Order: sequence, then C-alpha cells, then structure tokens
Amino acid sequence: MSAPRNALLQWIDERFPLLDVWNEHLAQYYAPKNFNFWYYFGSLAIFVLVNQILTGIWLTMNYKPDAHLAFASVEYIMRDVEWGWLIRYLHSTGASAFFIVVYLHMFRAMLYGSYKKPRELIWLLGMVIYVALMAEAFMGYLLPWGQMSYWGAQVIISLFGAVPVVGDDLALWIRGDYVVSDATLNRFFAFHVIALPLVLVGLVFVHIVALHRVGSNNPDGVEIKKVKGEDGHPVDGIPFHPYYTVKDIVGLVFFLFLFSIALFYLPEMGGYFLEHANFVAADPLKTPEHIAPVWYFTPYYAILRAVPDKFLGVVAMGAAIVVFFLIPWLDRSPVKSIRYRGVIFRAALGVFAVSFLVLGWLGTQPATPGLTTLARIFSVIYFAFFILMPWYTRIDKTAPVPERVTFK
Amino acid sequence: MNKKTFAAILLSILPALATAAGSHGALQHAGNDLSDNASLQRGAKLFVNYCLSCHPAAFMRYNRMGRDIGLTEDQVRDNLMFASEKVGETMQVAMRTEDAREWFGAVPPDLSLIARSRGTDWLYTYLLSFYDDPNRPWGVNNLVFPQVGMPHVLWDLQGRQAPVYKEEKAPDGSTARKIERLETVTDGKLSGAEYQQAVRDLVNFLEYTAEPIKLERQQLGKWVLAFLVVLFALAYALKKEYWKDVH
Repeated sequence: MSAPRNALLQWIDERFPLLDVWNEHLAQYYAPKNFNFWYYFGSLAIFVLVNQILTGIWLTMNYKPDAHLAFASVEYIMRDVEWGWLIRYLHSTGASAFFIVVYLHMFRAMLYGSYKKPRELIWLLGMVIYVALMAEAFMGYLLPWGQMSYWGAQVIISLFGAVPVVGDDLALWIRGDYVVSDATLNRFFAFHVIALPLVLVGLVFVHIVALHRVGSNNPDGVEIKKVKGEDGHPVDGIPFHPYYTVKDIVGLVFFLFLFSIALFYLPEMGGYFLEHANFVAADPLKTPEHIAPVWYFTPYYAILRAVPDKFLGVVAMGAAIVVFFLIPWLDRSPVKSIRYRGVIFRAALGVFAVSFLVLGWLGTQPATPGLTTLARIFSVIYFAFFILMPWYTRIDKTAPVPERVTFK
Repeated sequence: MNKKTFAAILLSILPALATAAGSHGALQHAGNDLSDNASLQRGAKLFVNYCLSCHPAAFMRYNRMGRDIGLTEDQVRDNLMFASEKVGETMQVAMRTEDAREWFGAVPPDLSLIARSRGTDWLYTYLLSFYDDPNRPWGVNNLVFPQVGMPHVLWDLQGRQAPVYKEEKAPDGSTARKIERLETVTDGKLSGAEYQQAVRDLVNFLEYTAEPIKLERQQLGKWVLAFLVVLFALAYALKKEYWKDVH
C-alpha cells in the first residue's frame, strides 16, 4: 500500500473505527469452511435488496403516485424513459427473486437448525424481516394500479374487516377511504418507498450484527468456536474476506444468469411475476373473474380460503406466519443439522416443504370444491409440522455429531 | 435423500409451477413473428384502418412505431396517420366517450396492452370467431367472447359465418344445443387463408404495441448471458485460486 493512502486511512481511523469494522465483519470474521450450496442465499438477499433500492429510486423519478396517472406513468417508464423498461423489469423480477432467495435462505436455516441456541435472536430478526418484506411487497404491488393491484389490495385489506368489533373501522383506517382509492395509493407509496425500506435496511443490519456476535452455523451444526488453534481463531474457520467474498461472487454470477433469463426472456413468468390482468388499468367498477395474489403470498392465501369461516381463516393465515417465530422453542432435538437427525425429522421437513409448494400452487387456482379439500388437507399438514414438532424432534433418533466439521 | 438431489428437486419444482399457468380451452395458435417487419407494417395498416376509429392505443407513439417497424416518418404520416397531426403523438381516437357509451354500451378499451392482458392466441381466435346472431345489437356474437359488444368490423374481409349446432345429451336426459363449428355463409374479400394471415399480421402488430421493446430486450439478453458465462469462468477460477490453501 502506498504511503499517502496509508496516511489517509490512518487519518480516518483516528476518527472512525474503520479498520475495526472491516476486520470484525469481513477480514477477521471467521466463517466455517464447510458452507455448501444453501449458504449463498444470505448474501444474495443483500444483493437483491440493494437492487430493489437502487432501481426503486430510479423508478420513483418517473412514477406518479396518483390514481389517474399511476398506470400510465408505468407505461411511460416502459416506453419513453431511456432504459426505463430495464429498470422496471429489474425491480419487478427482483421482487420475485427476493422471495425465492429468502424462502431458500429460511429453508437452509430449517435444514441445519440455524435457529437453535445460540441463534434464536437471529431467527427472530429474520422473521421480522420476512414480515416487513411481505408488507413491502404487498404495498408495492398496488403502485402499478392495474386490475390485480387494485383488487388484490381490496381483498387483502377487507380481511382486516373480519376482526370482531373494530374490523370495519380498521379496514377503513388502513384504506383512508371506503374503497381502495387515491388516498390508499398515496399512503402505500409512502410506506413502500420510505418507511418500510428504512425498516428493512435497519433490520438487515441488526440481523448481521447478531449473526457476527455468535458466528455462523454450518451444514454440520458444529460450533466451530469450540475448537480454536494457537492463534485464537477457530481451526475450522476461515476469514470471510477473501474466502467467502470470492466464493459468493461465483454464486452471485450464477444467480445473475438465472435472473437475466427471467428478466430478458420471461419478465411476466407466465403471469406469475407480472399477472396478465395487471396490464388492464384499475377499474373500481369491474371485478376480475379470478383474483389471485402474486405467487409468494399464495401458500397463505390457500390456507385463508381453506377455512370456511372468514375470521377464523384470517386467524389461520396469521398463525401460519406466526408459528415460524416459535420454531427455536418447538424444536427439542439435541442436534442442529439434518445430517445427524433421524428419519422422522427428515420426513417431516420434506413433507412440510411439499405442502408449502402445493399450497402455493393451490393459492393461484380458483377455489373449486376438489381443490378446497386438497387445500384443507395440506393446511393440516402445514400446521402439524409445527404443532407436533416438540414431540417428534424429541423421540427422533439422532446420530453422534462430530467434534469438527466435515470438509473434503 | 442425498442433499444435492433434494436441492435439485426443490429448484426444479419452481419453474414447473410457473408453467402450470391457466389454460384457455380451445384457442388457436396465433403463430405471429415479431421480427417480420412486413407483417408488422400490414398489421399497422389494418389497425389504423379498422381498429383505431374506436379503440385508442394511447401509449403508442406514431414516430416510435414507424422507427421500430421500418417506416420513415413521411411514410407513417402519409399512410397511417388519420387521427393525429404530429408524428410524436400517441394513437388516440376522435370519438367522444359519451358517443361511444351510447353506441356500444361501453367505451371501447384501449388496445396498447391488450396482447399482454389477453394473450396473442386469444386475440387471434377472437378475430376469427365472430358469427351471425340476430339476437345481438350488431347481429354478431363471438365464440371466445360471448355477448360481445363489438360489431365484426373485419366482416368485409372475412365474410359472414354461421354456427353449426350439435345436440348434446346432458346427464339428466335433457338435450342442449352446442355450437360445434362455424361455417362461411357469405364470402369476404379475402380467402380463408388470406384472412387468417391478415389477422395474424394484426395480432403481430398488437403484440408489438403491447411491448415495443420486446425484440430489443431479447437481443440484449443474449449479450448479457454471454458476458455472465465469461464472468462466471473468471470468478470460478479466482475462487479456486484463493481456496487452494483451505484444507
């Protein structure tokens, strides 16, 4: 390093702990060396968050949060703004990519018991991020002001009306009007571009600080801090930078390849990323024949519709999200990783993953009697995974966990 | 289960879900080609002559259209602009909304994005599926859009079609009349095949209008993907080099 740059660094370091931050979180943050495929999604989620924020800022420069102008302003971005189509597709494809990455990130935690002691707080913070992300996505989806934006919001907000006693007033308070209207669009815009992104960035920061306090879990569920070398560093740990920065770049480029296929060739993803009905401007007088939320909400939507009573359906939908918060205490297994768990947990997690995907598909379909029965069966399986967890994780046979991570 | 196969199965389910999109029954395949400028130009001509008197395409600018489908501004002005003065304008209609509501019972929808909301196959089938129905205000009905409010504006090209019914027995023993197919009763200016090609051109133009950047987007995609392949090779080599000393 040249002398002047050193001098500048030193000047800064006397006034701000730059070197300490760099070392604590990158150059001397020791991560287990045995991370596998499932460990790319955390850094990918950060990448997608940055993408959403940057493209969002540029979209805001031409988007008009006004019920009379919003739909046309999106088409203006698609047609008349230089590279506007690319920015818009980066944002709309990014929204779906965000959920894909986050769902895989959460599944990783369930595979390897990353929510177990001492990482309960990381899991809870992650769940709060997930809920904030759902709010962010829901409000963002209203902004293009298409038919599905409008009627999706109408349906979801009306769910608050199912709350006893205060329900109708609550829904009215959220909308700011008796129906979804310009007032709703404006407040959703405020939440989508300022309030929730601030919350998200703050939560992601805290999520990472908490992670770096206790250290990363790994596919073996072994605490690498238990075995330290003479230098005081975990023998199975390697500095995050440069090892995992160069490795995550490989994962990022691979992700970008898949992302670009979607962006350049399948931006609508057959109506899943951009719904067909959303290319028609919102019309408060004309209800679309089939209202379906975007794919990332459909598992919960299927659970909502599976319950015959509206209020209990809303409760079930809320519970389907809330139970995730409780996993660290529902799981009574002495081991973290699925590698050393017994056949019962493996089967339970597999069946749960399938039920989540099937519910997701059912939520996109019209509610026929046959499909509703199917949705009920899979809703029961979904909840059984959580409710029975204290029991089956305790009786499940586990294998001995090695002292050190496996690495070939 | 091996963890890699498990991951592979999980990832392979996602696109499979995406392709399970809703089916539309018996739609005919439009088979149009966005890179065929001659077809787009014929489609544009049909659009301004037959559709644009009632349906706007309020997001489509004349000059951009000309540039994209291979016409000069003069050609656009002389052949395709009847409703507007300046080539920078969008495709608006002269008809007033009150008149539209009185004449058709509804305001004819904007067609800028119709190919993205309805799909090209639907549009193609729709324009082939008008048939005589004396019970309707305009004397026609449509197989894929029952009780349609629009007259068959292309009838002079296609001619007139009448439904051929077949009796169908319901499980309860009653019989219902169902339309089996349509047959031509009066010939139009075009033969059947020529009319299908004309509709294909028109649908092609509507697909272009719905997303003018589509072809360019796909062209750019190739370069981006090629770049990422090279970048992946470099990133992978870099990772290998750094990880040599991790044991």
